[in-house]
Amino acid sequence: MEQINVTIDGIQVSVPKDSTVLDAANAAGIYIPTLCHMPGHKPLGACRVCLVEIEGGRGALQASCSFPATDGMVVRTNTRRVHNARKAVVELMLSAHRQDCNACNRTLNCELQAIAKRLGIRENRFEGEMPKRIEDTSSPAIVRDSSKCILCRRCVEVCQNVQTVGTLFAVDRGFDTVIAPTAKKELAEAVCVACGQCVSACPVGALYEKNHIDRVWDAIADPDKHVIVQTAPAVRVAIGEEFGLPAGSRVTRKMVAGLRRVGFDKVFDTDFTADLTILEEGHEFLNRLTNGGVLPMLTSCSPGWINFIEYFYPELLPNLSTCKSPQQMFGALAKTYYAEKMGVDPSKIYSVSIMPCTAKKLEAGREEMSVVDGLSDVDAVLTTREAAQMMREAGVDFVNLPDEPFDEPLGISTGAAVIFGATGGVMEAALRTVYEVVTGQTLENVNFEAVRGLEGVKEATVKVGDIEAKVAVASGLSNARKLMDLVMEGKADYHFIEIMCCPGGCLGGGGQPIPTTDEIRKARMQAIYAEDEGLPIRKSHDNPAIKALYEEFLGEPNSHKAHKLLHTHYTPKALWPTDVPLDEVKSK
Amino acid sequence: MTTHTCDCEKLAGQNQADEAELYKQLDTIIEKHKNVRGPLIQVLHAAQGLFGYLPEKAQVKIAQGLDVPLSEVHGVLSFYSFFTTVPRGKHTVRVCMGTACYVRGGKQVLEKFQKELGIGVNDTTEDREFSLEINRCVGACGLAPVVTVDSDIYRRVKEDKIPGIIEKYKNGAGK
Repeated sequence: MEQINVTIDGIQVSVPKDSTVLDAANAAGIYIPTLCHMPGHKPLGACRVCLVEIEGGRGALQASCSFPATDGMVVRTNTRRVHNARKAVVELMLSAHRQDCNACNRTLNCELQAIAKRLGIRENRFEGEMPKRIEDTSSPAIVRDSSKCILCRRCVEVCQNVQTVGTLFAVDRGFDTVIAPTAKKELAEAVCVACGQCVSACPVGALYEKNHIDRVWDAIADPDKHVIVQTAPAVRVAIGEEFGLPAGSRVTRKMVAGLRRVGFDKVFDTDFTADLTILEEGHEFLNRLTNGGVLPMLTSCSPGWINFIEYFYPELLPNLSTCKSPQQMFGALAKTYYAEKMGVDPSKIYSVSIMPCTAKKLEAGREEMSVVDGLSDVDAVLTTREAAQMMREAGVDFVNLPDEPFDEPLGISTGAAVIFGATGGVMEAALRTVYEVVTGQTLENVNFEAVRGLEGVKEATVKVGDIEAKVAVASGLSNARKLMDLVMEGKADYHFIEIMCCPGGCLGGGGQPIPTTDEIRKARMQAIYAEDEGLPIRKSHDNPAIKALYEEFLGEPNSHKAHKLLHTHYTPKALWPTDVPLDEVKSK
Repeated sequence: MTTHTCDCEKLAGQNQADEAELYKQLDTIIEKHKNVRGPLIQVLHAAQGLFGYLPEKAQVKIAQGLDVPLSEVHGVLSFYSFFTTVPRGKHTVRVCMGTACYVRGGKQVLEKFQKELGIGVNDTTEDREFSLEINRCVGACGLAPVVTVDSDIYRRVKEDKIPGIIEKYKNGAGK
């Protein structure tokens, strides 16, 4: 690529020809504050915080995130005029922002707050009328609070372009502008998959998860309740970030210790039922393959993906594995197998999960997710952020906690389970088991590198005995859409497809510590595979607790009992308003 | 004096055509714009010309046809005061409130129209003859204050001329 020379605050840098002024400043090591800008996305140019002076030109200050750099350009970022303009932009934002910062869930991790501090804002110069507040708590997963929104449109960008769902858009104009679903409907009435990527993208406290912390404290305080917790694979490689540790810190056993300090009676592992998922889903796959079942089979672990396919590709619901997600398998076993084993009345068991995910809150509330009449399989779902918050409230000194193991038996798991937290992990774990089940031989190299990494769509052909299994993996719903379009057009000859709703898989989920960037995704991913390498058992079917579960309780994979407890069904959802009399309902 | 600008309002006069026929025409419009860059506003404009407003069903058809989220269709039409999602009167009066028109008496002109028609801004008279809207500059500041009725433009409007303008359009006259 052709290079150009740009001078910024006296520093000359050489940058590729299509760079913006912001890119050039980054290359020169000069900090420019931004709010609407997201690296890796096309510039939005909405917030105007990144103003700079360009020598010559028309004299106007320019938004560096979207202003193209040209050869010989001279830029100044550190002038009185720039300071004053940026300050005024942020002060105007603050004038329409409900500044009850102490009561805000993003306090001390708020980009607006950080920029206000950085720019030295010490007073509210523009006090006046505030826009009408819309507080939308209708969704079981995500809360919108317009009084915090700075209209940066980062949520719109990820919802529309990364996830291709398009729930949110700017409605109305000027002072009345609000980021909202179609016709300012509530989130619960809108087409929303609850993935929480908008929450992850939000620089302020305008979008956040539905709080489950209080109900969990209530349960812990109730002497009648036996409160158990399961932790998803991706949580252990991210929760350290909430306590100032670098991304990719492996803190599995500190997390267990922290949860004990919070007051959970038993600390179990979703990895246990991730292993179980492999047994159930692996056998379902082999069954479909040998008995002419519907192929390609699609994985069903990711609840945001389940919502997406129910809305956008209902024709492909028969392709979805009938397996419940590991969270829901765990919940089902907690109130049956575990209750029996412990001799505890299932109604006294309060089952909590810690998930990197907001959609898991919605999933836990689906009415079919109840194996014991009148009881939810999973009673509360905490995001990684909420779990960290409970530890803070409990006075846990996370960084200095000792290492403690999970409780048995629902805390025993393998390396195949922990990689569920990264895109490609379910596929890799399934291949490890399917290979040995089909061939009866030991798989020596368990690492399937072809399905690893952050790439949006990955493909591989794997020889499993006589079968050439063609598999594909996608993460992020725009990538899922590419694969589903191929399947719909009959242009895909895959046998098995893994889909994860969030880019990078669960490690980049909407419930993870904020921020999540590609760099952070990579660090968490490395940690996941290091966890796998470090475990003595790396194949799900070798998990002794899973073997015992089948022997004592379930019989064999896909048995009648397994089906009753561990499998589910799906329902098409209306993508278009149902009160509109359309001649034909098209799906997209 | 009047100036002809655009025929979309004339199309509104053909509203009597039955609904199915209008939706067929909408399909044709969408088809024509499918491969055009940034087609949404053009299609919304044409659709409002067809129906006189943008019913939800038309919004859905446009979203499906152009493969854009319904939230975007609604978001875009909510931005522009030209677009409306409720049925309008046979004639649309738009009083310009741009800077030039405002300082040259646009506000008094608007008040007079409100009084004469007996409706507020964005409302429609009970007999469905008139809707009243405000406009943010029609790009004819030299003619301020400007009023448009359908596609006719009235320049340097004085309050005493307003009853006459309204009379012109009553009972199907004016067009």
